[in-house]
Amino acid sequence: MSRRAVITGVGVVAPGAIGLKSYWKLLSEGRSATRVITNFDASPYRSRIAGEVDFDPRREGLSPQEIRRLDRAAQFAVVSAREAVADAGLELDQIDPTRTGVALGTAVGCTTSLEEEFVIGSDRGRNWEVDQAYTVPWLYDYFTPSSMAAELAWLAGAEGPVSVVSTGCTSGLDSVGYAAELIAEGGVDVAITGGTEAPLSPITTVCFDVIRASSTRNDEPASACRPFDRTRDGLVLGEGAAILVLEELEHARRRGARIYGEVAGFASRCNAYHMTGLHPEGREMSDAIDVAMAGARVSARDVDYINAHGSGTKQNDLHETGAFKRSLGAAAYDIPVSGFKSMIGHSLGAIGSLEIAGCLMAMREGVIAPTANLHEPDPQCDLDYVPLVAREKQVDTVLTVGSGFGGFQSAMVLRNVEGDAR
Amino acid sequence: MTTTATTATRSRPRAGTRTKTVVTGIGVASPIGLGPTAFWRAALRGQGGITPITRFDTSGYWGKIGGQVPGFQADRHLQGKLLPQTDHMTQMTLVGTDWALRSAGVRPNDIADRDMAVITAATAGGYEFGQREMQKLWHSGPDHVSTYQSFAWFYAVNTGQISIRHGTRGPGAVVVSEQAGGLDAIGHARRQIRKGVKLTLTGGIDSSLCPWAWVAHQVSGSMSRRTDVRRAYLPFDADANGYVPGEGGAVFVLETEASAAERPGTRIYGEIAGYAATFDPADRSRRPGLGRAAEMALAEAEVDPADVDVVFADAAGSPEADAAEARALVELFGPHGVPVTAPKTMTGRLFAGGGSLDVAAALLSVYWGAIPPTVNVREAAPEYEIDLVTEPRYGDVRVALVLARGRGGFNSAVVVRQHL
Repeated sequence: MSRRAVITGVGVVAPGAIGLKSYWKLLSEGRSATRVITNFDASPYRSRIAGEVDFDPRREGLSPQEIRRLDRAAQFAVVSAREAVADAGLELDQIDPTRTGVALGTAVGCTTSLEEEFVIGSDRGRNWEVDQAYTVPWLYDYFTPSSMAAELAWLAGAEGPVSVVSTGCTSGLDSVGYAAELIAEGGVDVAITGGTEAPLSPITTVCFDVIRASSTRNDEPASACRPFDRTRDGLVLGEGAAILVLEELEHARRRGARIYGEVAGFASRCNAYHMTGLHPEGREMSDAIDVAMAGARVSARDVDYINAHGSGTKQNDLHETGAFKRSLGAAAYDIPVSGFKSMIGHSLGAIGSLEIAGCLMAMREGVIAPTANLHEPDPQCDLDYVPLVAREKQVDTVLTVGSGFGGFQSAMVLRNVEGDAR
Repeated sequence: MTTTATTATRSRPRAGTRTKTVVTGIGVASPIGLGPTAFWRAALRGQGGITPITRFDTSGYWGKIGGQVPGFQADRHLQGKLLPQTDHMTQMTLVGTDWALRSAGVRPNDIADRDMAVITAATAGGYEFGQREMQKLWHSGPDHVSTYQSFAWFYAVNTGQISIRHGTRGPGAVVVSEQAGGLDAIGHARRQIRKGVKLTLTGGIDSSLCPWAWVAHQVSGSMSRRTDVRRAYLPFDADANGYVPGEGGAVFVLETEASAAERPGTRIYGEIAGYAATFDPADRSRRPGLGRAAEMALAEAEVDPADVDVVFADAAGSPEADAAEARALVELFGPHGVPVTAPKTMTGRLFAGGGSLDVAAALLSVYWGAIPPTVNVREAAPEYEIDLVTEPRYGDVRVALVLARGRGGFNSAVVVRQHL
């Protein structure tokens, strides 16, 4: 008897929206939340725009100690996790802690705090021998991002397997895939999973600057990220978190939980090609899609919607368009495809989970959020990318994909659970 | 997920009904030797690999000693173009992976690219590289930062680089659970094999011996303040006073028995027979997670505690953590019920590489029939009631249990079984 993993709770911290409801409103209205960076002085950089979260940790219920101790990424994760647990109606004292796990995705962990501490300890990079007298005593927890998974484990009282899954920009999909595998294996009934990222700091910005991956449309920050548009000029960084409560189907049913949908299939692939480059054919992404669809037992004609990686770089647009055609054949032309990074930017290890959250809402509401900023379609990208305006459509099966540095390609199939009243 | 449904631990199949996951290749970079043979000889000799740090100037720090990998010359093994784009830990990982594949006798095109996966463990990423680039950014300006920074330091780098180097196009992942991660990577690697992947490269080789990481260790509150290499890291000793950081670890070729049989003459070091991970309860009145992880891993391997021949302990080296581990061992095996060893006393704690190197030692133990000693500890504190191995012991080793813990409450256990 197979054990199925379903999502029963969602929590979101996103640019322009805190909480699932306002996040969905932003997406479904096709509004962009990318803007000129205010988190730090970005004036020395080529790209000075990002999807920033207006985040007041006190207003979001964090204690003074949590605010002091936790990196911004960890704060996002905790706030989202609390929303997700409440949303799931999960009584933490009613579940078996030994059968509760955590799998958290993040690409760059607590870099923002690490850099802040480095700047002080090294006296703005003057000294190679960093001075410990000027660093916080919990510095080690910034070094190793598993500290954030531990934070969620304490929050949920989890005593099962706990880990961070860090596969760069596919972390937000891979962590949920990992959690679904824990549930399918049988050792875990409830998993707190998802992704978090707060990468808007000088070092991460410069990483993308020096390889010219990010958009320089600094004068048009809200319309800078233009996936599938022939005027696109790169990605726009973002930040945020989405945390999900993943639960074994019968466990969810027994407690009468509302079910958003099932993680019906998942696969990840390495492209063995290049640390930052993509092959235009998209073979490995296509392979991941094929395996995820086979695992979910869905065929191309069953897929109602594809959530694209849509990072806003030409190589990505061609790569994933190629992958969709390779996997779905003629059906690819009839399936709406859209990308949320056009609105909230690319939050690295969090975005995959933020995209899952938007897909779950598409299934619940029967509305597909659009690709914003798509005015002049690239003729080489000839699928239906749902430009600018949301579309009503009954959505029962979603394919969502991710692609990232290191050559990671991931695909997940989300599906409405049959017989479950929406 | 229907594809993984057959692995439910609740309805365990009988031994032998499930494909065995075996290790056919080991690559080691450690403070006491490069390669499994040199490492094993040094481990049985009880060689000390903890030395004064030479990688950077420690005069401004109270911490002066660590486990450095001597004699590793990246440019002897890797193409020149790889050197400026990789951190030291990635260079050691790539070379370790080459060695592991060579010892497994796997040649290019032996196994289809889609049938190979890469699952590594990380803790701090390529931080020596990262510190250098942060210094350039803040001291010299954004134009001075390496174009490789975007992928040289992040946690996922080793899996990506291994996949590119060896053309693996199956699943790839990186797990981070501090020092338990080296075992969790192996657990996740075995999961890939159960889902149909033929071969997985896994494990972890870790290093962050740079001032920036050093400061993080010093403020962690658990690092030994001593500078005498023989009196600093003393797990289970009454004089235990913290850990000594080090670098290194191990990479493995994990595959099914059937896949190994396709290359006649392939040496099988041993079987990964069980794995489990838990997290410690915040509520101290509840049972800690380490013993439960060990129990679950043994149950999965269908091994009775009485049949365990050796435990490779986590051996944190601080009194409270040592006492907790000793309690878990006594609970499971009875007082002095099983030989317990900590060869990491020779290397220091290697973070993502620590659990991996212990699994390498466990595999070599079952393969060669010997238990490497715990060095520098004359005897375990009597109240722990453990049989600490302080001199090498020779004899058949059928089953080894490897334990690892990570900061915050991570616990993992792997059962290694002799392959007959």
